[in-house]
Amino acid sequence: MKLRSALLGAAAFTALASAAWAERGADGHVNVLYWQAPSILNPYLSSGTKDVEASSLILEGMAGFNEKGEVFPRLAESVPTVDNGGVSADLTQITWKLKPGLLWSDGTPVTSADAAFTYEYCKHPEGGCAQAARFEGIKSIETPDDLTVVITFDGPKPNPYQAFVGGTSPIIQKAQFANCLGAAASTCTDQNFGPIGTGPFRVTEFKTNDTVSLEANPNYRDAAKPAFATMTIKGGGDAEAAARAVMETGEFDYAWNTQINPDMQAQMIAAGKGTLLNGFGTLVERIEMNMTDPSPDLPEGERSTTKHPHPFLTDIRVRKALSMAIDRQVLVDVGYGNAGRPTCNLVPAPELYASDNTECLTQDMEGAKALLDEAGWTDSDGDGIRDKDGKKLSILYQTSTNPVRQDFQALIKGWWNEVGVEVELKNIDASVYFGGDAGSPDTFQKFYADVEMYANNFDGTDPEPYLAQYLCDKIPGPDNQWQGENINRFCDPAYDALVKELATTADMAKRGEIAKKLNDMLTKDSYTVVALVDRGRLSAASNTLGGVVLNTWDTELWNAQDWFRVK
Amino acid sequence: MLTYIIRRLLLAIPTLLLISLVIFFLVDLAPGSPASEIPLTVPAEVRAKILESMGVNDPVYVRYLLWLKQFVWVEPMNLIDHWFGTTFAEGQQRIISYQTRGPVFDIIVQRIPQTMTVIGTAYIVGVLIAIPIGIYSAYRQYSWFDQAGTFVAMVGFSVPTFFTGVLLIVIFAVKLQWFPSIYDTTLKITDWASFMKQVKQMVMPVTVLALFNAATLSRYMRSSMLENLGQDYVRTARAKGMSERTVVLKHVLRNSLIPVVTVIALGIPSIFGGAIITEQVFKVNGLGAALIGAIHANDLPTVQTLAFIFAVLIVTFNLIADVLYGLLDPRIRYA
Repeated sequence: MKLRSALLGAAAFTALASAAWAERGADGHVNVLYWQAPSILNPYLSSGTKDVEASSLILEGMAGFNEKGEVFPRLAESVPTVDNGGVSADLTQITWKLKPGLLWSDGTPVTSADAAFTYEYCKHPEGGCAQAARFEGIKSIETPDDLTVVITFDGPKPNPYQAFVGGTSPIIQKAQFANCLGAAASTCTDQNFGPIGTGPFRVTEFKTNDTVSLEANPNYRDAAKPAFATMTIKGGGDAEAAARAVMETGEFDYAWNTQINPDMQAQMIAAGKGTLLNGFGTLVERIEMNMTDPSPDLPEGERSTTKHPHPFLTDIRVRKALSMAIDRQVLVDVGYGNAGRPTCNLVPAPELYASDNTECLTQDMEGAKALLDEAGWTDSDGDGIRDKDGKKLSILYQTSTNPVRQDFQALIKGWWNEVGVEVELKNIDASVYFGGDAGSPDTFQKFYADVEMYANNFDGTDPEPYLAQYLCDKIPGPDNQWQGENINRFCDPAYDALVKELATTADMAKRGEIAKKLNDMLTKDSYTVVALVDRGRLSAASNTLGGVVLNTWDTELWNAQDWFRVK
Repeated sequence: MLTYIIRRLLLAIPTLLLISLVIFFLVDLAPGSPASEIPLTVPAEVRAKILESMGVNDPVYVRYLLWLKQFVWVEPMNLIDHWFGTTFAEGQQRIISYQTRGPVFDIIVQRIPQTMTVIGTAYIVGVLIAIPIGIYSAYRQYSWFDQAGTFVAMVGFSVPTFFTGVLLIVIFAVKLQWFPSIYDTTLKITDWASFMKQVKQMVMPVTVLALFNAATLSRYMRSSMLENLGQDYVRTARAKGMSERTVVLKHVLRNSLIPVVTVIALGIPSIFGGAIITEQVFKVNGLGAALIGAIHANDLPTVQTLAFIFAVLIVTFNLIADVLYGLLDPRIRYA
C-alpha cells in the first residue's frame, strides 16, 4: 500500500512537472476575434491591419518590434547594427544572418534565397505590392550563402530596419510563390489564403472574411511553443459585440480593436471576465489648417491651390486662437476614455522623437479672444461673429462620417462659436473622403474646406517619411491629380532643409532632436497641424489568457507564441 | 405550358441583361473608391500601383464587358471543370474580389451553407408558424386568439431585427448564457454533441428571423382564408353536411393557399440574399454579411456579382411562382 501511494505520488509529481514545463500544444484551443475579418493572409496584397496581423501568426520577418518599439530578432540570429558590423559604417548596407536550421512549416529549409525572392515579389511593377514602401531605396539584395542576406541601399539609410522587419514585410517561401510574380499575384488564391510560413501557427482552413483556423506549426523553431495547439480567428460584427464576447459572455479569449465609448468600457470591465488592454502608438487625431483658399467662387482647378493663399488662416494668430479654444481633455473623455490622451504633438511617440510640447493642453478662451482682437478680428456689427474689412470669420469644418468625429465637431464648434467664429460642419462618407478620387470634390486631399479632421500615424518607429510629407513639393494639386501628402499646403524652405538634414543623419540622439524640431515647426510654432488626441489601441483579453502583451509598434499578435492558458 | 415557360425564359434574357447593365453602372458610379481601404501610411505611388493591379483604372465599358463575359462564360465553365475535371476555363481570368484577391464565386460557394441553414431554417419555421396561425385567426375572426395573433404579427413586423437580435443576445447569451452570441461557421456536425451545438447556435438567429417572416405570412394567410370563408362554395359544403374540419382544412385551405404559395415562392430569393442585419448581429457571416462587407470596402466586383445573382434568382422564382399558380389553380391555364 505504501509503495503504491509512493508511486502514485511520483506519477502525480511528474505530471505536475511536465505541466510546469511548457509544452507545444498543451493548452488546447484559443479563440481570437477580429470584428473586421481577415480577407487574405498575404500582407503583400493587402495593407489592411486585420490582414497583416492575421498573417503575422504564419509569416515572419528577420526581426520584429517589441512593445517598446525596439527591434528584436525573429528569423535572424541577431539584429545587425553599426556596432556589431552588421550595418556598414557609411549606412549603405545591412547584412542579415538567418538562424541556422530554420524550417518552413512544410519541412523544407529556410534560405536566403527566400528573402531575395520576397524582394523580387514585392518590387515587381505589375504586382501592386501593398508594402512596396518597406523596400524603398534598395539597390540590390545579394545572397552570398544560404544564410546571409546583404541589402545594399541607394544611399545612406539611417533607419535600415524596414525590409524584413515587422509584420508588414515578412519573408515568403520562394517555392510556394514562384509562379505568383507580377500580374499573376492575384490568381494565386491558394497561396494567398494559405501561405507556408515560419511563424508559431499554420493555416488549416481559411474562410475569407469569416474564419481562419490555425494549428501549431510542427516545425516552429522553439520546440516548447506555442502553448496552444489550435487557434481560431473569427470575424464579423462590430467593436461592441467583440468586446462583449470577451468581457461579458467569455466566448472568446482575445478581441482586437474593441474601440467602444468610455461608458461601455466601464460597464464591460465591471462584468469581471476580462481586461481591456490599451497602449499608445503614433495615431493622432488632428485638425489640419488649410493654408490655401477653398472658396467656391474660385474657378475649378484653383480652389485650395497655392495660387490663392487662405484669406485668414494664413495668419498664425487666428490658427493659434482656434487651437487655444479647444479643451482636449473633454474630447478624450467624450470619445475615447482610457484609449486616448490629449496631445499637442504630431509625433507623440516613440520617446526619442516626442517633443515636450504641452502648451496647448489647457484651454484658454480669454487668450484666444484677445489674440483674435489683436489680429484685427472684432465683432463690429454685434451679431456675435467677428469680422474684419467686411468679411466674417466663418469656417467650414469637414471630417469623415463617424459618431466620435461628429461629437468632436459639435464640441469644437461650440468652443469656436464662443470666441466669435462662425462654424459650418460637414461630414463625408469615409469611402469618399479617404477614397482619393481626383474627380470627387470631397476627398481630404482636395481639402475644399477651411479646416478638416482625421487621424494618421506612421508605420514602425521612424517618423522620417511621415515628417517628409510636409515638404513643399508634396502639395496636392490638379497637376499631380491631387495626390500628395502635404494636406495643409504648408511650405517652409527651412522645414525642407531640416528634413534633408534628417535624411542624412545617423546619430540617433541627433535624429531625435531634428524630428522634435520638425514636429514643433508644424505644431506649436505654426499651428498648421492642431493635434487633438493621441489615440491608443484598445483590445480585450480574457482573464484566462496569459502572456498577452499589447504592442503598438508591430502586430498585436506579435507574441502569440508566448500566449498560454491561465489555470 | 411548355411554350409558355420557354417564352418566359427567352424574355428573361434581355431583362437580365438590362438589369446587369443597371446594377453594374449604379454600383460603379456610386461615390467611393477601394482606395479608402488602404491606410494613409501607404505612400501615394504605392497606392496608385495597388489600384492599377486591381484593374480599377480600365474604362467602365471594358470592365462591364469583361465582367459579363466572366459571369456568363468563365464562371459556368469553371463550375463544369470543377464537377467533371475538364479544363475549359483554364487560364481564363475569373471575377476577382478587390478585398480578398480571390475569386468571388469561391466566397459565394463558401457562404451558401450557413446562409441556407440559418436563413432557410428560419424561413421554413416562419412558414410553419404562420400558416396555422393564419388559418385559426381567420376561422375565429376577432377572437382573442386573432387579436393576439394580430398583435404578435404587428410586433414581429415593426420591431427591427437589429433590436430583437441584440435583446436576445443580452438576455440569453450575456445574462443566462444559454446560447452563444457568435455563430461558429467551422463547426462540423459529426455526433450528437456537435449537432446540439449547432442547434444551440442557430436558436437565436432563427427565432429572430422566423418571427419576422411569420409576421408577414400569417397576415397573408389570414386574409386569404377570410376571403374564401365567405364564398358560396363554403356554404354549399356546409349545407351538404360536411364536418367543419373538412370544410376548413380541405375546401377553404386549399383554395386559400394558392396566393400564399406564390408569396412564399417569391420570398425564397430573399433567403439567398441572406438577412444582412441578422447575419451581422449574430456573426453568421453568410451571403448577406458578404454583401454588406463588400459594400463597406468598395469591393465593386463582389457587390456587382452578388446583386446580379439576386436579380437572377428573383427573375427565376417569379417564373416558378407563375408556373406553380398554373399547377395549383385549375382555372388558370397558360397558352
